[in-house]
Amino acid sequence: MTPTHTLILLLLLCAVGYQVGKKRSFAVAKIRGGPRVLHSRPVYYGSLTALWCAVPALIVFSSWLMFESGIITHLVISQLPDHIQDLSADRLNLVMNDIRNLVNGNIVSKAAGPAIQSAADHYQQLQSISHASVAVLVLVMAIAGIMAAQYYIRPELRARNHVERMIRYLLIVCSTIAIFTTIGIVLSVLYESIRFFKIVPVFEFLFGLEWSPQMAIRSDQVGSSGAFGAIPVFMGTFLISVIALSVSVPVGLMSAIYLSEYANKRFRAVAKPLLEILAGIPTVVYGFFAALVVAPVIRNTGEFMGLDVSSESALAAGLVMGIMIIPFVSSLSDDVINAVPQSLRDGAYGLGSTQSETIRYVILPAALPGIVGGVLLAASRAIGETMIVVMAAGLSANLTLNPLETVTTVTVQIVTLLVGDQEFDSSKTLAAFALGLVLFIVTLILNVIALYVVRKYREQYE
Amino acid sequence: MQTEKNASVSRTSVDAASGNPAVAGKHRKPHLVDRENRATVGEINVPNPKMQCRDVSVFYDYGEKEAIRKVSLDIGQNEVIAMIGPSGCGKSTFIRCLNRMNDTIDGCVVKGRITLDEINIYDKSIDVVPLRAQVGMVFQKPNPFPKSIYDNIAYGPKIHGLVQNKSETDDLVESSLKRAGLWNEVKDRLDQPGTSLSGGQQQRLCIARTIAVDPEVILMDEPCSALDPIATAIIEDLIDELRQEYSIAIVTHSMQQASRVSQRTAFFHLGDLIEVGPTEQIFLNPLHQLTHDYITGRFG
Ligand SMILES: Nc1ncnc2c1ncn2[C@@H]1O[C@H](COP(=O)(O)OP(=O)(O)O)[C@@H](O)[C@H]1O
Ligand SMILES: [Mg+2]
Repeated sequence: MTPTHTLILLLLLCAVGYQVGKKRSFAVAKIRGGPRVLHSRPVYYGSLTALWCAVPALIVFSSWLMFESGIITHLVISQLPDHIQDLSADRLNLVMNDIRNLVNGNIVSKAAGPAIQSAADHYQQLQSISHASVAVLVLVMAIAGIMAAQYYIRPELRARNHVERMIRYLLIVCSTIAIFTTIGIVLSVLYESIRFFKIVPVFEFLFGLEWSPQMAIRSDQVGSSGAFGAIPVFMGTFLISVIALSVSVPVGLMSAIYLSEYANKRFRAVAKPLLEILAGIPTVVYGFFAALVVAPVIRNTGEFMGLDVSSESALAAGLVMGIMIIPFVSSLSDDVINAVPQSLRDGAYGLGSTQSETIRYVILPAALPGIVGGVLLAASRAIGETMIVVMAAGLSANLTLNPLETVTTVTVQIVTLLVGDQEFDSSKTLAAFALGLVLFIVTLILNVIALYVVRKYREQYE
Repeated sequence: MQTEKNASVSRTSVDAASGNPAVAGKHRKPHLVDRENRATVGEINVPNPKMQCRDVSVFYDYGEKEAIRKVSLDIGQNEVIAMIGPSGCGKSTFIRCLNRMNDTIDGCVVKGRITLDEINIYDKSIDVVPLRAQVGMVFQKPNPFPKSIYDNIAYGPKIHGLVQNKSETDDLVESSLKRAGLWNEVKDRLDQPGTSLSGGQQQRLCIARTIAVDPEVILMDEPCSALDPIATAIIEDLIDELRQEYSIAIVTHSMQQASRVSQRTAFFHLGDLIEVGPTEQIFLNPLHQLTHDYITGRFG
């Protein structure tokens, strides 16, 4: 019996426990004169029984599985011939890996000797004993749980309170998962970054002007030492984000103003969802568009005007990215403009303002904090965007502010550093984590500011 | 409510003279005009009118819904005229016609003739922007702009080009706040946001803002309904003072307020102007049965 089978059986027992508990509560209530004497509704007695059946059994089950492999490994090693046991810890680990692979029927690094083969048999034997015993233990505990619940169910039992407390714990666990995941991500990135900063000083990374992370495999190769100055990469991100924002902020804001202040209901009903569809297009499709349509157009136009435009340019990527984030700006701005109270508009019109005066002097100032929040969110979206830039802006880290040249961004560099087979201790690979860390900090700060500003804005009109 | 309203539409055709005692209610006093009579009683004309409304009807939702029907009424020079009536009877709709605020509502249609100094304000040649400076409006809920106290006042004069430089603006801000009786309370904090004031102060700020653009008529739509009694009393005194310089039309749901501040009162009911007259007469000797019922609290 594998652990999966045990688990399925446990679930079935739970279902049985639920029914049994419910029946039991009816039965005990009947003696005292009907279900109204019960403290809680019958389903709670059923649920409580199911919980008693499942929770202790699951705890035992998972802790058993957690320690199983360690204990079995230990037992197997102690049975190995002495010359293997005397190997260094690393080599012993490799041997154990071979044994486990043999057990699981995977490919083994070399033909197994008789000692290894017998160890594998031993391992398998121990494993099946362990699985069988955990199955018996778990099922006995589950049944015991049901029986105990049967014994305790009586009308006074506050089943609802117990069940709801368990549900609350479950909710707490779920709500903290996101938090702990974030912490985990930060810690792992931080850990690798610190390793990187041991090789490349923080100062050199943050302020270095040259980025060429190619490390030679042999020391006599040309360009054997990489340069890890992140300025060109961040400059590229900055340049493309600025281009994207200078497209999306005016267009998005004006479309929001049109939609909320001028457009009639029918136009609005059509245009707003259409605009939001823009946000649903996968970024890789925008990437095609940027690389195949926009970049050539820009190059041809540039040539026509006698400019030197590279075929992959910051301008192409920035423009398309700007189009991509228009819906963020416009839909958030539209929301905040609509949230400006009608009484303010009335007040302005009542003083004889024209519509555009009302918008410029009353509505936009009132909505400004919310709009700023929306723009900051759009900016952090632009900074984190990868796909369009990979396809349209190129990979070479030029330190330039000329939008017609090829640039690269932080996210693109992270991708290129980590694509393919990597050794996870070379500074080239580790550099990706350092970039990720800085990027994370920057977008985090932007988001915090944006949320703060938006919250402030909400308070003003509540 | 809706059925009652529909019923009343058909009743409008009933002639004033055909008041039939058989269908009248039990509270009917013999000398009063019958409830069924929807034509306006009382004197709608004044000797020297500032504004004149003739047969004004307003429809919402592109003509689907009639909100007021054939209202004719004069607004005199330097008088306060109060509009009273149960909610939904069209008081706000009526005064919003006087500065064409209803133009900002999609689907609102205004028919009839409204003149300001004998010029038809609904004429094609009339621009609403200067009109609304001439006929200012104060709203039910104080609605200061999200700007400083100073800028709240200075905004109107600036857009209308009434001030040329900083010192003129300063003077106008000061005199407007003084006339609204707010100057002493705010003179040390003109740069604070208008929203930081109390409700009553905000409403006086809105009045100051309105008079800063030098209007001739001021419309007030329940200006005190969001305020406490003390702030209300201050505003009522202010209205009485402002009467020296402006014509004022005020909507109120408080009959005490109408009797305290106004010289004439107009009673609306379900979209019809039922009765107009000197305030004292409306409250002491109404001519119409409905007016009588309303001021004695039989409905409303
Ligand atoms: N913007 C609008 N759209 C449609 N109907 C409206 C609108 N404003 C008011 N009405 C209707 O017109 C009638 C009169 O409203 P209103 O003038 O606000 O009454 P009052 O101010 O006397 O309480 C009511 O039946 C109301 O529902
Ligand atoms: Mg009203």
